[in-house]
Amino acid sequence: MTGVRVLVGTRKGAFILTSDGRRQQWDIDGPLFAGWETYHLKASPADQARLYAAPSGGWFGQLIQRSDDSGKTWEPVGNQFSYDGVTGTHQWYDGTPHPWEFARVWHLEPSLTDPDTVYAGVEDAALFRSVDGGKEWRELPGLRGHDTGSSWQPGAGGMCLHTILLDPADPGRIFVAISAAGAFRSDDTGATWRPVNRGLKSDGIPDQDAEVGHCVHRIAMHPSRPGVLFMQKHWDVMRSDDAGESWQEISGNLPSDFGFPIDVHAHEPDTIYVVPIKSDTEHYPPDGKLRVYRSRTGGDEWEALTNGLPQRDCYVNVLRDAMAVDSLEDCGVYFGTTGGQVYASADAGDSWAPIVRDLPAVLSVEVQTLP
Amino acid sequence: MIRVVLPAHLRTLARVDGEVELGEGLGTQRAVLDALEASYPMLRGTIRDHATGQRRAFVRFFACEQDLSHEPPDAPLPDAVVTGAEPFLVVGAMAGG
Repeated sequence: MTGVRVLVGTRKGAFILTSDGRRQQWDIDGPLFAGWETYHLKASPADQARLYAAPSGGWFGQLIQRSDDSGKTWEPVGNQFSYDGVTGTHQWYDGTPHPWEFARVWHLEPSLTDPDTVYAGVEDAALFRSVDGGKEWRELPGLRGHDTGSSWQPGAGGMCLHTILLDPADPGRIFVAISAAGAFRSDDTGATWRPVNRGLKSDGIPDQDAEVGHCVHRIAMHPSRPGVLFMQKHWDVMRSDDAGESWQEISGNLPSDFGFPIDVHAHEPDTIYVVPIKSDTEHYPPDGKLRVYRSRTGGDEWEALTNGLPQRDCYVNVLRDAMAVDSLEDCGVYFGTTGGQVYASADAGDSWAPIVRDLPAVLSVEVQTLP
Repeated sequence: MIRVVLPAHLRTLARVDGEVELGEGLGTQRAVLDALEASYPMLRGTIRDHATGQRRAFVRFFACEQDLSHEPPDAPLPDAVVTGAEPFLVVGAMAGG
């Protein structure tokens, strides 16, 4: 019988939530890596039993854990993330030069085809790759070495590389996003990179439509149409129909166009989801109402999805990596909150119910659809 | 024999209960930590920075009711630690996570 496995990273460990295809009854395993801040864990699309996780912490630094049995057991693998060559500086918050320093892994992106190949997006922003199942990590230095690298600056959460999208139609093409540098694209498997931010406007930088400096919060694509990208920026929801060459705003009738996650329906490439947040200083839903907004038109026209979500006195946030979809016939949508709730919808967002209510603050949500 | 006490997070990571016992003749912090990491490779990078080899900022080293965190890595350890009468304590600082 088909089912789903929801992988949840939290401030104090990871949890695995499992259900059959009905997605009504859930088994909850965890905490894994108890006490470790787990920004992200994700499964290999090429081997459903292979999972990677990135626990870290202030005391003991970064770990990478790997499971080869669907999360039942885990083994620590390589945790050495050394920048390639002379590290140089980027801009600090006040515009002064600041040396590149590794802080943590924000996002792991396993290869679409090889279970042993996995990418890691880190803070301070850089992209690493392992081709041996996570034992050794090597930086792809063309990204951080881009001519603009010395002008990149951190967002409020740090200068993090948080989004990695692998193009299923073109093995050489990779998109990444960095707060607060912007979106970048490689067409040669990560060797060279260029910014793809034309059309973005940000009022927190001296030149509002500069080549870099934009606080991109998240990018999403549908695998059937990888040239179309959807972006939740610090402010503004954006769309590109030419693989990032240009962007147009699609915020439309959203109550706020600030937010963190964005995702795409598994079977409808123009159905997208965001969670509006009041503002950059008030990281909670407008009016205390937790609402997912869905557009079935690829943006601009949005409807509020509220059935089963708290519609009063709700002041949680939904972080950038904390939304995902499954690919069952009735697309499931999932998100986690800083209040420790993980909500699921088995009907594309029409109705919602909490899978679990009282986890540590949720940092990331990923979903595996099981055959 | 050197006795090392690890903090809970690292005991779980290394899959050990109680103290770790290392071999004879380990007379400095560096020798103890090298031997510890050789026996438990998963601890590499969690106590000392991979690149610099320096103690991580939120890790402390105590022994014999003394703070040895700022002793040079090649300074002699107290005799009581070297003989195993007292353990070498790896401690997570009060404000690390």
